[in-house]
Amino acid sequence: MTIDILLFRTTLLAYALATGLALADILWRRPVLGRHGRILLWSGFGLHSLSMISRYLMTGFPPLSSLHESLSFFAWAIIGTFLLFHLRYRLAVLGAFVAPLALVLMIFGSAVSTATTAPPPPLQSWWLPVHVVLAFLGDAVFALAAVAGCLYLLQERMLKKKKVSSLFYRLPSLQVLDNLNYRCLTIGFPLMTLGIITGAIWADRAWGAYWSWDPKETWALITWFLYAALLHGRLAVGWRGRKAAVLAIIGFVLLLFTFLGVNLLLSGLHSYSALGTY
Amino acid sequence: MNFLVLGLSYKTAPVELRERLNFASDDPGSVLRAMTDLPGMTEAMILSTCNRVEVYAASKDLPLGCARLQRYMAAYHELDENQVKPHLYVHCGRDAIHHLFRVASSLDSMILGEPQILGQLKEAYNQAESSCTAGPVFNRLMPKAFAAAKRVRNETAIAQHAVSVSYAAVELARKIFGELTDKNVMIVGAGKMCELAARHLTGQQVGEVLVTNRTLARAQALAEQFDGRAVPFAEFPLYLSRADIVLTSTAAGGLLVTRTQLEEVIRQRKNRPMFLIDIAVPRNIDPDANQIDNVYLYDIDDLNGVIETNLRERRKAAKKAEDIIEQEIDRFYSWLRSLEATPMIVALRQQVEEIRRSETEKTLHGLRHLDAGDRRAIEALTLSIVNKLLHSPLSVLKRAGDDITGEIYLEAVRRLFDLNPDPQKSGMDAVEEGADTKQDSIS
Repeated sequence: MTIDILLFRTTLLAYALATGLALADILWRRPVLGRHGRILLWSGFGLHSLSMISRYLMTGFPPLSSLHESLSFFAWAIIGTFLLFHLRYRLAVLGAFVAPLALVLMIFGSAVSTATTAPPPPLQSWWLPVHVVLAFLGDAVFALAAVAGCLYLLQERMLKKKKVSSLFYRLPSLQVLDNLNYRCLTIGFPLMTLGIITGAIWADRAWGAYWSWDPKETWALITWFLYAALLHGRLAVGWRGRKAAVLAIIGFVLLLFTFLGVNLLLSGLHSYSALGTY
Repeated sequence: MNFLVLGLSYKTAPVELRERLNFASDDPGSVLRAMTDLPGMTEAMILSTCNRVEVYAASKDLPLGCARLQRYMAAYHELDENQVKPHLYVHCGRDAIHHLFRVASSLDSMILGEPQILGQLKEAYNQAESSCTAGPVFNRLMPKAFAAAKRVRNETAIAQHAVSVSYAAVELARKIFGELTDKNVMIVGAGKMCELAARHLTGQQVGEVLVTNRTLARAQALAEQFDGRAVPFAEFPLYLSRADIVLTSTAAGGLLVTRTQLEEVIRQRKNRPMFLIDIAVPRNIDPDANQIDNVYLYDIDDLNGVIETNLRERRKAAKKAEDIIEQEIDRFYSWLRSLEATPMIVALRQQVEEIRRSETEKTLHGLRHLDAGDRRAIEALTLSIVNKLLHSPLSVLKRAGDDITGEIYLEAVRRLFDLNPDPQKSGMDAVEEGADTKQDSIS
């Protein structure tokens, strides 16, 4: 086992423990456990970064090519985004929903081949990491928006049904969750747009065409339109609350499909290696 | 512990009797001093609230102390003792401590977890201190009771979440809006019911407050009270779109706001959420309005349902709180015992050191040919033998304070070495006696 895989496994363990603690926090109202969970999440995040750095040093390529590396980076970005947002907005409860999401990605990532493969020569360019990093950072921010959306729907339902519970009181207010939806949108949308643009530039370098309507490009465009519609709706029409939450969730499902489903179900330029990558 | 509590509460006595026995309006200092002047009585404290009248006391003779206090209480309020007696409860020793901890933690309160009682208890203690009727027993016990109450508050959900209509409304508003700072409140109708809720809502540093009522004068009076603006009753629907929180309580007003009206209002508000609290019976707002997106409508039954759930949570928390109190009482007793262990350790050390010094001196006196170095070596030898021998017994004694059986060791050391250490403080005697009297009870 190489050092990067060892670090990856340790990270996985840290995220798993953090998930358990965060869930115990909201289920049994033990904020102390939640705090320890976040410390674990921070250390997991640090180990995760080290894992990726060591992988980069070992291969000489940014670790963003194989499916394993993509999943790992996605999980890293989600945890990082959550931790940053938590520093700014104090959204402890969200951790109990974000950590399991990252954990699932990590487990998936450890189930697929962890072998290091150099990207094929046409893809060896600095546009690759730039494109992939931007795309995944956007995805991570949208993941947070989707989690906030789920919590919004949950809480809205409780308020409408007039059923309160201890979970109800632990959730942030509707306003806070809706603001989070908006913030994520205004950060995620530019990232996603830049991700698509850099992808097009890179495609031009690698394949000689900016846009070739391969399935991943098509689905990314569909997702982009959905987020564009949501952003427009929020700014111009006054969409908010439930509608915005539902759209953020649909958007994230589309994103996941663009990331994973396209590779697994459809074939195209983006599924370069057998492992399925960006 | 020669500690006792004697009193009555909402559980045992009707309000008429509680009123008559209330000490609140009198000069408390002289009453307290009169109590400690009773024979055998050393300390006294009165906790007098609208739900309970209790005297906490330390006495050298518990059964006698109780009887005298009881007589004093009846006589003071010019009541016949037999009239009061059936409503009184008396606890002594550990039971009394248990009662005190439960009262401090608001487990014995009419509204479970209400926060005032701890403050009232602190005040009562301060009163006793300033009247010089608090002594070593209270000074050891009270801080522990406050600490137990604090622990209960921090570690259980006993004081969490609203259990009154007005607080529940504020809490729900916070779940919807987060901060209420820039939220506008509209108050429709100015009934008594409404006033309390309105006061709590407007007490949260909200934005604009609009008040409307069928009689404009009443609306103006209320608006003044809440630092708001009165709006003519006929025009209030026009202002609805400005209000984030609407509180209606127009008695006999019937339906004032329809669903279609609110749908239009929400459109005008660009879907900004609205919280409608309808505490009028019959209701003022069409119940179907709750189905509109971003409208949250709560009537009085809904609010009571929320309160009921919160109360259930508090009752659940109370079970956990009882465990904490048991733990705290155990800790208190083991702390008391550790206080006793310390003088014993000191005495044992002193005695052994005395023996060592005199015996060494005697021996060295007969060995005059030794030089200074040899003498120092012998001195060091005896010291280290003594220290090694004492090490284990002393550490057992130090731990004895935390152990239920700790007293056995203390007693054993007392007899084996014929020690009789002075307690650190004269007050220690008073507390110490408690171990034997904690079984005492009074019929």
